[in-house]
Amino acid sequence: MRLRPVEEFRVERDQLIETVAAQLGLGRRLALVAGTEDGTACRVVYVFLGSAGERAEVSLRVPRDDAWVPSLAGLSYQAGRFERELHDLYGIVAHDHPQPYRLVRHAHWPTGFYPLLDAAVTPSAFDAKVGFPFMEVAGKGVYEIPVGPVHAGLIEPGHFRFSVVGETIVRMYQRLYFVHRGVEKLFIGREVSDGVELAERISGDTAIGHNLAYLMAVEDAVGIEIGPRAALIRALLLELERLYNHIADLGALANDAGFGIANSHAGRLRETLLRHNALLTGHRLLRGALHLGGAELLAEPDLPLVASVAAEVAELAEIATSHSLVANRLNTTAVLPTDQAQRLGVLGYVARGSGVAIDARADQPFVDLGPEFRVVTRLDGDVRARFDVRAEEVAVSAKLVADLAGRIAAAPIEAAKRLPLLTHTVAGLGVVEAWRGTLVHRVEVGPGGVLKRVKVVDPSFLTWPGLPVALNDVIVPDFPLANKSFNCSYAGNDL
Amino acid sequence: MIDSVVVIVVHLVFALAITPVLIGVMRTVRARLEGRVGGGIVQPWRDVIKLFAKEPLRAPGSSPVLTWAPLLLMASSLVLCALIPLVSTLPLAGVPGELFVVVSVLLLGTVALAMLGLEAGTAFGGMGSSRHMVFTALVEPTVLLSIYALSVPAGTSALAAIVRSRRDDLSSLLNPVSILAIAALIVVVIAETGRLPVDNPATHLELTMVHEAMILESGGRDLGWLEFGSWLRLTALLGLTVNLAVPWAVAGDASWTALLVGVAATTVKLVAAAALLAAVEVFLAKLRLFRVPELLAGSFVLAFLSVSASYLVF
Repeated sequence: MRLRPVEEFRVERDQLIETVAAQLGLGRRLALVAGTEDGTACRVVYVFLGSAGERAEVSLRVPRDDAWVPSLAGLSYQAGRFERELHDLYGIVAHDHPQPYRLVRHAHWPTGFYPLLDAAVTPSAFDAKVGFPFMEVAGKGVYEIPVGPVHAGLIEPGHFRFSVVGETIVRMYQRLYFVHRGVEKLFIGREVSDGVELAERISGDTAIGHNLAYLMAVEDAVGIEIGPRAALIRALLLELERLYNHIADLGALANDAGFGIANSHAGRLRETLLRHNALLTGHRLLRGALHLGGAELLAEPDLPLVASVAAEVAELAEIATSHSLVANRLNTTAVLPTDQAQRLGVLGYVARGSGVAIDARADQPFVDLGPEFRVVTRLDGDVRARFDVRAEEVAVSAKLVADLAGRIAAAPIEAAKRLPLLTHTVAGLGVVEAWRGTLVHRVEVGPGGVLKRVKVVDPSFLTWPGLPVALNDVIVPDFPLANKSFNCSYAGNDL
Repeated sequence: MIDSVVVIVVHLVFALAITPVLIGVMRTVRARLEGRVGGGIVQPWRDVIKLFAKEPLRAPGSSPVLTWAPLLLMASSLVLCALIPLVSTLPLAGVPGELFVVVSVLLLGTVALAMLGLEAGTAFGGMGSSRHMVFTALVEPTVLLSIYALSVPAGTSALAAIVRSRRDDLSSLLNPVSILAIAALIVVVIAETGRLPVDNPATHLELTMVHEAMILESGGRDLGWLEFGSWLRLTALLGLTVNLAVPWAVAGDASWTALLVGVAATTVKLVAAAALLAAVEVFLAKLRLFRVPELLAGSFVLAFLSVSASYLVF
């Protein structure tokens, strides 16, 4: 399946808002904002994705020593967050931003340190003395619960500040970016084939998602068109990644409601799939399975095994949700209403649980998934809806795996495509429905196949803001359930 | 007097020896039913020995509460085990084995834990303590009422005498008073010892914790006392409940044969009850926090009905 070419717009500052408004007016969403440095100028690229394969890029050049862009926060909530990120990493200011606060940078970063600039030098000392002020909720009986960034369980670091009355959460502020590793900076200067190992380590549980988005972006940039077999194998691996992660989440959700037996069985089923992954690709978490210009499997997928796992998951989900105590914990907890989900631009199962049918497999397909594919949605927007979406997606994915495996067996083996000789800088876009939601990479490849810029947007970046909104009227002991049902990536978000 | 000392010593040694094993049985049963191997029956013993060998780390600026609250909990639990007729129903000379005394000693441990939770000044400790006290406010009256209902036919509020009269008059076991009171007691035991569906002892989620939240700041020996002290409460309460429900073979005096039989019988009963409790837990999930008081209020109603019935029946 051919991807639609990207519509490109080059604008000046005074045309930006108008152009972006026109794009949003077409029903497209802002999926990525990337800053780039070209010598003395900075370029800001806004990527829009439509629901029928449309892709558009609006780019704006601003001089390095007068780096500001008009803020789009009034047009789209996502834009406001992208602009804050842009400011923290590039020092490009968004004028008239309604929330001109830091997002990525922690208070102890030295003033004027913008890590993604070419000239940025890692400071010798970070001044850790500066605090991080939180908005304090005042009033009778309001108290604060600070949680993290180090938690009791084996989870990633994030700080949550709850303002609570009794047991009811009044306000929750999340402070992330504790695992900022400078991934985007690490890409710069690598050869495209060396970017693979980095891409699949951006978020450990999304190895295929990030790797595939990266490869598709590179192939889009340099003009490699992969064969049908490779595309099918990539789609298959993407579903296998979705399967094992959704199963882990289903178990963890039941476990957080105190129903440990479901988690034990989910763990067993996940392990079965991980061993199957190792058989297919040589790696349990599917690392190293994809490479530039192609994809190949080490063995044929064991379809009866995948089908039996899916059947057991369906039974497990049924047992959990028909248990009155578990159902009581999941139902009506942490509701994210549909209009909020749309306005915040959340992605993946969170959006689909709130009735927003957004799925890159349907919106931006790179392979025809056939009649078995459908976008699973629920309307309630509560923890139960997100649980059910996952459970049903497991069933859909298992059918897709069977269908894709049959088509792979029938497709002739093809040689991997080679990287053509590059003489100038090219840019490309990769859009993939990873298990957490739509994942977008935008790469710029310079002469000799050297990466000049890689911008990564994990779905978690857009989904995290949904969590505090969903906590309206939720009690403190239900927060772990709400958080687990979102299960946003910290590493993928913090980069 | 000598007999009383013998009984107290037997009670304490018995409780100390069996408690970690009891916890081990519960964890193992749960693990096996969930398809896991589990750490084994003696793992809690290993944990406790490990903890006692470690020096406690206390936060700078913390008050002596951090030191004495674990000891107070342990001490209160030991007194509880000595007073409750676990093995023998011999009335203890010079020591009041009264219902009200026992509940007060129970409360002493509860308060020590709550103080400990507040001591560290962290949000989790305070959260755990406040939830714990909410539950306690509903649990303690239920303990009082349900045992009080059983004391009416016995004509005494001394626990040993109640158990003895129930053992001697088996017809008193199967009547509405007894069944309602035992049902209320079982709920109370679950709540008081932090088991599902009230609290999840296996959770790592700070925000949902009750018991675990209060002991987060303790470590080493302090934590050892806290763990052992809490487990002893389980032994004491569960032991009291099983001996009230099935009072067979509880020793009536301090003779060695009777005590041996009593120890064997109580061991069997406790292990069976603990295994049953753990098995039921597998099928339970944790209640939403605000529904726990509903469960506890329900058990209070059972206890209340039991008291009312006891005046009608006897």
